[in-house]
Amino acid sequence: MGRYVLRRVLQMIPVFFGATLLIFLMVYSLPGDPIAAMFGDKAADPATVANLRHQYYLDQPLWKQYLHYMNNIFHLDFGTSFTGRPVSEIMADAFPVTIRLALVAFFFEIFIGLPLGLIAGLYRGSIADTLVLLLTLIVISIPVFVLGYIAQTIFAINLGWVTATVQDSRDITQLILPGLVLASLSLAYVARLTRTSIGENLRADYMRTAVAKGLPRHTIIGRHLLRNSLIPVVTFLGTDLGALMGGAIVTEGIFNIAGIGNVLYKAINQKEGPTVVGIVTVLVLVYLVASLVVDLLYAVLDPRIRYA
Amino acid sequence: MPSGTRVRWAVVSATSVALVATGCGSSGGGSGGGSSDTSKTFTYQSSEPQNPLQPANANETGGGRIVQNLFKGLADYDPSNGKLRMQVADKIDTSDAQTYTVTLKSGWTFHDGTPVTAKSFVDAWNWAANTNNNQINSSWFSDIEGYKDVHPESGSPTTDKMSGLTVQDDTHFTIKLNNKVSYFPYKLGYVAFSPLPEGFFKDPAGYGQKPVGNGPYEFVSWDHNSQVVTKTFANYQGVDKPKNGGVVFKMYTTAEAAYADLQSNNLDVMDQVPPSALANYKNDLGDRAIDAPQGAIQNIGFTLYQADWQGQDKAKVRQGLSMAIDRDTITKTVLQGSRKPATAWVAEGVEGYKSGTCGDFCTYNADKAKQLITEGGGVPGNAIKITYNADGGHKEWVDAVCNSIRQATGVNCTGDPKTDFKTARAAITGHQINGLFRTGWVQDYPLNANFLADVYRTGAASNDTGYSSPEFDKLANEADQAASVQDTATGYQKAEAQLAIDMPAIPLWYYRTNSGFSTKVQNVTFDSFGNPAWTQVEVKG
Repeated sequence: MGRYVLRRVLQMIPVFFGATLLIFLMVYSLPGDPIAAMFGDKAADPATVANLRHQYYLDQPLWKQYLHYMNNIFHLDFGTSFTGRPVSEIMADAFPVTIRLALVAFFFEIFIGLPLGLIAGLYRGSIADTLVLLLTLIVISIPVFVLGYIAQTIFAINLGWVTATVQDSRDITQLILPGLVLASLSLAYVARLTRTSIGENLRADYMRTAVAKGLPRHTIIGRHLLRNSLIPVVTFLGTDLGALMGGAIVTEGIFNIAGIGNVLYKAINQKEGPTVVGIVTVLVLVYLVASLVVDLLYAVLDPRIRYA
Repeated sequence: MPSGTRVRWAVVSATSVALVATGCGSSGGGSGGGSSDTSKTFTYQSSEPQNPLQPANANETGGGRIVQNLFKGLADYDPSNGKLRMQVADKIDTSDAQTYTVTLKSGWTFHDGTPVTAKSFVDAWNWAANTNNNQINSSWFSDIEGYKDVHPESGSPTTDKMSGLTVQDDTHFTIKLNNKVSYFPYKLGYVAFSPLPEGFFKDPAGYGQKPVGNGPYEFVSWDHNSQVVTKTFANYQGVDKPKNGGVVFKMYTTAEAAYADLQSNNLDVMDQVPPSALANYKNDLGDRAIDAPQGAIQNIGFTLYQADWQGQDKAKVRQGLSMAIDRDTITKTVLQGSRKPATAWVAEGVEGYKSGTCGDFCTYNADKAKQLITEGGGVPGNAIKITYNADGGHKEWVDAVCNSIRQATGVNCTGDPKTDFKTARAAITGHQINGLFRTGWVQDYPLNANFLADVYRTGAASNDTGYSSPEFDKLANEADQAASVQDTATGYQKAEAQLAIDMPAIPLWYYRTNSGFSTKVQNVTFDSFGNPAWTQVEVKG
């Protein structure tokens, strides 16, 4: 187990370098000049452009820029944005907000998605099952931004239960509605995945054995059925945590949450290389760690899976 | 005309999508005269500034409108009529339109208590113009003598002072220009010409995060990506004393989110309603909806540098095409009243605006259009293309204009979309298009010279059509030499008349501000820049 973890951690190093290099190349090869873009619609002043280019290290060849950037990263310096703020400071502001939002969404996935799937799986063909299938189908077929606007119109503008946008991104109670919207799609997948998995395992031999042994119902479901059925769900949930962090762009836009999605969207628009690469690098790390945790959880859920 | 970098092109993005219409000219104004509380702040839709908050570095709206409220220059523009009004300056005198003597009012101080003196202006301008300080608006100072010394085309500045600026005493300084610009005081209303306190020069970067100005509002805090809080400066000496306690600039990524907040009273005043709300906002907001004129115009330009469009006869073809466009119907239907048909090349509400300069050529008349085009020798190949940027919501009206031209004259007209604004601009300035292109103009200052000299003078940086008329240039030069701004405005009206004869670009319609405010505020009016009259907003008690 220890060796497995070590190997996985070592594997993360080339992935990290490859990912940052790719992102770096992509951001810097986008059409348009970030310095000229600072001048907006006006014609850029050549002398000022040349000066700024030098200041942001943009007058160097791309490979030198990358080396410069990576060198800074190892000194924990993510560079400076055009607003004059260190990128690390920008990330320190925005990441906690998005993490909170992602966790709220994650909470809904687990505590709404799983039970729904469990009920639907246990009582296949019942009204509850049909209802869950129907609801999840609706959610899956509606794009998140539509869902977001509908929720905003109904709960904020018509009913006035919540404010239309998040007034204070640090207040977790305000993140409940956006979190639910963000979770909706994954929640539906989790429910359907659980339902299928449970349905399959209900017919498994060990289930019959457990029932034949006369074990109590909660033990059968809790220890035997759920544990085995959860493996695909956990895989999904694990990778989804990364997706929630990155995918919050739309939700953060609708509810005006000052999170990473918002910052990233703006940085891409302005071609702010350091900010984009910094944020995406951190997101890559989140993904890597999340998938590592998922793999380790397998062993916990199913002792038959052994890592040498 | 010095560098045309002071020019702002009308991207004014997606606003051309549908909008329920009245077309009536006045702004929304206040709803009733309830009592107001001068200590209460109101919130305004904003976006995270792209640059540190320094006056000469704020050229985008996010930072620009904040800096505008923290600083006050020699003069600004009266929101109610767009006319220049004195602020820190008591008067700005000149006898030859080249050397200006500025007299300051006394009693003005910065928010930190230090007095605003002639030196505060001269030092600020010298610093802003200096290449080493990387200020995006530095070219605004290019009229001043000695600009080239502090801002050479390449290399380092040879000095850090412009020779044209001389401090006489605490309340007097002189500005000498490279050449005569009778309307120079009009430019001084721009925020880049704001004064800076002594402390700024010791730590410009620090001041960029915590600006100290001399304007109606003082800086309180900047919660990045969330809000900038300001409060009323008690010792403000300007003519526009705030009737509220301050402005809180709330950052929004989308206009939709801001509009949702406005509807539920979590936001008090916003910029421009999102395209998706244009059709409904007057119903949603009732008498809190705003529909006010803007100093911006939409045109169709011609590639006069191409042989196809040269020669005096071709002017008739261009006039004919202009007459083939049914502006009234298109603004009412496709644009649903969000624009007003243009009758001149200068937007309405601008000093020197004269309606009807375009004459009959801006009135729809299919028969006359056909006749003019035939007299002019016809359109080359009987087909034209209108290049536009596809990201700005222009497709609908370009198609409508083409339909109008096709039906009226039989000339085959099609739209030629470019992916985005930048691509379209690159094609236009690189002369890589054929025939016609969408163009526009947003005022830098509300004076007709800005709509004419910067766009139609030979060699002007924003002269995309390649228009070159000795007559126009002569009249514009004469106007520049005039003794007063009023004479300049009249002079430029004469120059504008020449455009009707040559028709280098077809004026289409004027932009409008479509906005609204919450139930918590009143007396909200918008100026021709599309900004509210900040200090006049009243928060209900």
